[in-house]
Amino acid sequence: METVIDIKHLSKSFGSNEVLKDVNFEVKKGEVVTLIGSSGSGKSTLLRCVNLLETPNGGEIIYKGNDILKEMKNVEQYRTHLGMVFQQFNLFNNLTVLDNCIVGQVKVLKRSKAEAIKVAEEYLQLVGMEAYVNARPRQLSGGQKQRVAIARALCMNPDVMLFDEPTSALDPEMVGEVLKVMRKLADDGNTMLIVTHEMQFAREVSDRIVFMDKGVIVEQGTPDEVLLNPQHDRTKAFLQRTFA
Amino acid sequence: MSLDWIISIVENNWHLLLRAMGITLLIALIGTVIGALIGFVIGIIDTIPKTKSPKQVLLKVVRFILACYVEFFRGTPMMVQAMVVYYGLDMALGIDLNILTAGILVVSLNTGAYMAEIVRGGIVSIDKGQYEAAQAIGMSHVQTMMHVVLPQVGRNILPATGNQLIMNIKDTAVLSVIGVNELFFQTKSIAGANFRYFEAFFIASILYLVMTFTATRILRWMERRLDGPQAFEKKEVA
Repeated sequence: METVIDIKHLSKSFGSNEVLKDVNFEVKKGEVVTLIGSSGSGKSTLLRCVNLLETPNGGEIIYKGNDILKEMKNVEQYRTHLGMVFQQFNLFNNLTVLDNCIVGQVKVLKRSKAEAIKVAEEYLQLVGMEAYVNARPRQLSGGQKQRVAIARALCMNPDVMLFDEPTSALDPEMVGEVLKVMRKLADDGNTMLIVTHEMQFAREVSDRIVFMDKGVIVEQGTPDEVLLNPQHDRTKAFLQRTFA
Repeated sequence: MSLDWIISIVENNWHLLLRAMGITLLIALIGTVIGALIGFVIGIIDTIPKTKSPKQVLLKVVRFILACYVEFFRGTPMMVQAMVVYYGLDMALGIDLNILTAGILVVSLNTGAYMAEIVRGGIVSIDKGQYEAAQAIGMSHVQTMMHVVLPQVGRNILPATGNQLIMNIKDTAVLSVIGVNELFFQTKSIAGANFRYFEAFFIASILYLVMTFTATRILRWMERRLDGPQAFEKKEVA
């Protein structure tokens, strides 16, 4: 399988606080990779480093053979290949649901408006929000907002979808609808990198689970390997706390 | 009797008063619009993110000059500014401005200084997530500002901008010191000609109130329009 993103010796500090220390990992095409770990373990920072919302202090990010950090001029173009879904949804408050989904296509990808609308409608249908094209973000529930945010990211036809704790800000009864959409995306063969606290979900959809602690990858493997048969004490302790 | 005088002043001078109201509104409106534009330009320059490019030095110089401008116009009375601009431009640069143009210029510059802070505050108050979401779909800083941030800033600062407009409608009165023929100036001359100060200025106060009240209503209506309908129409899905 082709490697889409290859991360080598990545490090990131906020002031004197070292958040990522020499992190190495890769995401292959079609793979669903889940990052787990306790708060402050660096998993969100790692995800945000992948699309350069945080600038790493050292290391390499290789996207399809190109070292992105060396070619910082093409950051904007690089980002169009990555779809990002945020914990706080971050829909554009000034735009309707439809406009949220077409603004990037028209302004960044330079698609025609007609084409953009067609693409947007297709993905809004996929997430079950096609009836809400005229709504504004403030008129939607959290789960609906997050589904629109997923559609917005998909509209750019990214190679990899990044999810930063997509259900952590949702009321419990809305978590299901978002996970259902994500499960559908995983089944459709999308490449996904997910930060989540939903262990059951991670177990079901992931090809690989990566456990992080204190800025390093402690262990990774298939869901059964990591969740049922962890090799490291830190993983065991985390899982015990999580499932206690 | 005061009332008789009021009626007679209105009857004999209504065309002069209307014209003066027109000038007051003209200066206040154009001044607020230009001031808002100045405010947006300064607010945007003030919030350009830090980069390592050598242009940063130029940016610092520009910001310093703009800061001086803002401090001067916020820290001195508009009446004094009117004198300085009108007579100063003539003396220093030999520019003999038409009085009305000078009045508009003073109000614009004064409003711009206040609007700069209002716009900067508006930009800073936009949630970081809006920038990140725009960046994440590949927008440049300029695109992010144009399509995501500034439209929200525009809506959010509309009440403060309306406040400026209302202040400007009232504060054009100080332009009488350079002889702009606005409502205060006109009222003073009508009052002097009739030796009736209370009656003339009572009429002026009503006229100012009519203008500011109307402006308030129009601004409220604009806010509601910009917010769009409360409910949205669900699209029929087959």
